[in-house]
Amino acid sequence: MTGTLSTRKLAVLLAIWALLALAPYWMPPLGGYTALGTRVLVLALAAMSVNFLLGFTGVLSFGHAAYFGLGAYGAGFALKFLAPSTPLAIVCGMMLGGLVGAALGWVIAHRRGVYFAMVTIAIGQVFYYIAFQWSSLTGGDDGLRGFSRQPIDFGLFKLDIVSNSETFYYFVLVCFALVLAIMAFILRSPFGRTLIAIRENERRARFLGIPVDRHIWIAFSLSCFFMGFAGALYALVNNFADPRGLHYSQSGDFVMMAVMGGMRNFWGPLLGAAVFVVLQDYLSSVTVNWMSGVGALFVVIVLFFPRGLLGFVRSKSQA
Amino acid sequence: MSSALDTKGASEAASAPPAKVLEVVNVGKRFGSLVAVDDISLAVARGELRAIIGPNGAGKTTFFNLISGFFPPSAGRIVFDGRDVTTMPAYRRVAIGMARTFQITEIFPELSVFENLQIGVEIAAGYRLRPWISRAEKSAVRGRIDEILNLAGLTGKTDRLVGELAHGDQRVAEIAMALTLRPRLLLLDEPAAGMGDQETYTVTKLIRDLHRGAEMAIVLIEHDMRVVFGLADRITVLDRGRVLAEGSPQHIAGDAAVQQAYLGKTA
Repeated sequence: MTGTLSTRKLAVLLAIWALLALAPYWMPPLGGYTALGTRVLVLALAAMSVNFLLGFTGVLSFGHAAYFGLGAYGAGFALKFLAPSTPLAIVCGMMLGGLVGAALGWVIAHRRGVYFAMVTIAIGQVFYYIAFQWSSLTGGDDGLRGFSRQPIDFGLFKLDIVSNSETFYYFVLVCFALVLAIMAFILRSPFGRTLIAIRENERRARFLGIPVDRHIWIAFSLSCFFMGFAGALYALVNNFADPRGLHYSQSGDFVMMAVMGGMRNFWGPLLGAAVFVVLQDYLSSVTVNWMSGVGALFVVIVLFFPRGLLGFVRSKSQA
Repeated sequence: MSSALDTKGASEAASAPPAKVLEVVNVGKRFGSLVAVDDISLAVARGELRAIIGPNGAGKTTFFNLISGFFPPSAGRIVFDGRDVTTMPAYRRVAIGMARTFQITEIFPELSVFENLQIGVEIAAGYRLRPWISRAEKSAVRGRIDEILNLAGLTGKTDRLVGELAHGDQRVAEIAMALTLRPRLLLLDEPAAGMGDQETYTVTKLIRDLHRGAEMAIVLIEHDMRVVFGLADRITVLDRGRVLAEGSPQHIAGDAAVQQAYLGKTA
């Protein structure tokens, strides 16, 4: 409770990381495939970035797909026009998403609630239409093509993340772990506690001496950097950047993953993303209306497990 | 204590002791056509315990909101510790030594007592933007939290969620949160509101302990006259957004205008 990890929490953490590390081995027998695991990781990272703001600062952005999409285009542009380097692509994607997010966040951080959500949607749609219309640069409706992830050269050896899907999975897992570590580190810091304070009671936070707007802006900017990082990885997964990745319906998907998994829990969005992606993968092979199935599940979860799947599991395990 | 000047009326505020921590000059607040605070002047000395009383709708809470920066006044000036803070945002007033509680308890209900205090202690230590703190800093924070828990009598409830505490303990926890900020001026909005006798006794004793030996000035709004007369060095009576009377408890108890406007109705 007050800083040190209990053995119980440690055991849960170990179990989660073991499950993720061994995914390429246990997924295929269950009918999955490694690339599906990679998608789960990347979309979970995006959902966790949204949740950094939603679950831990109490601020709902409905336009975060814009920074995800900017991350993807940033990575694509870097590979296509700058240099054939995977790390450079990730850094460029993260910077594009993060810097644009920070600049816009500065303008909107004093808005609250529905107004904030509306403004984020509007801004997100602006980027969607830019990506859609500016065909000469972005490829328009067809998306940005003509780039692909590159092997990573460590000098002594090369990491083949291009053709070996397992190696790529582990590369993404390491990136995922890195960003999560940074997120967890921030949330456990004095600054992180000011965010929780804002989520819990904005008035009290203000009268404890927290400049609330400025702290929300910092949290928004950080989450945009994380989002850009996730978007860059997504471009590497597909070797393709899609304008639909910026659309507000994509933002809605991320919020849905966070809420389904449990937004008050650090790991909730990972579970939400896993359920979402696996269900999408399975249902879309059965029907084009796969979203109805996901939507129905979402309604059931919100009605019966308002704290999300993980919130439900935790309350059961503690009882 | 310093009850040498037992004269009534706002005009006497200027002759209060020179070491003022708070000086309010002709402050007013309008909401559209409603005049919540008409014209209030008041000065609080360093280390003084001032009670503000008055009938419902007298403008007491609005006046607190003006002092603490909840909203800016429509007229007048507010000087804190020699600095004009009239338009200063609330969080900066906190940073220069002003803390407050609310009539309806404002806490972090889903966090533990420890965490509620930890946030305040870390802000007071200047760690607000820090992405990490050292082991030594962490243990200093812990030491300070223990000190305040002890002072507020919440030691046994460290790991309880504040939202699960009894009403009286929640009010005390809010005062404890304000104390983490090491204020030179503490504003308490009805600290004994909704409390039973035992709880009222406990919070009164806490406020007396805080007042004793500390440099901190305390201004409190209260309806419970046992609390007011048991604690205050001086009392200011507000009525219809103006100062009706000001002076020592004995003076206020004997004031005819006060009795008519306020004490007579509720006592």
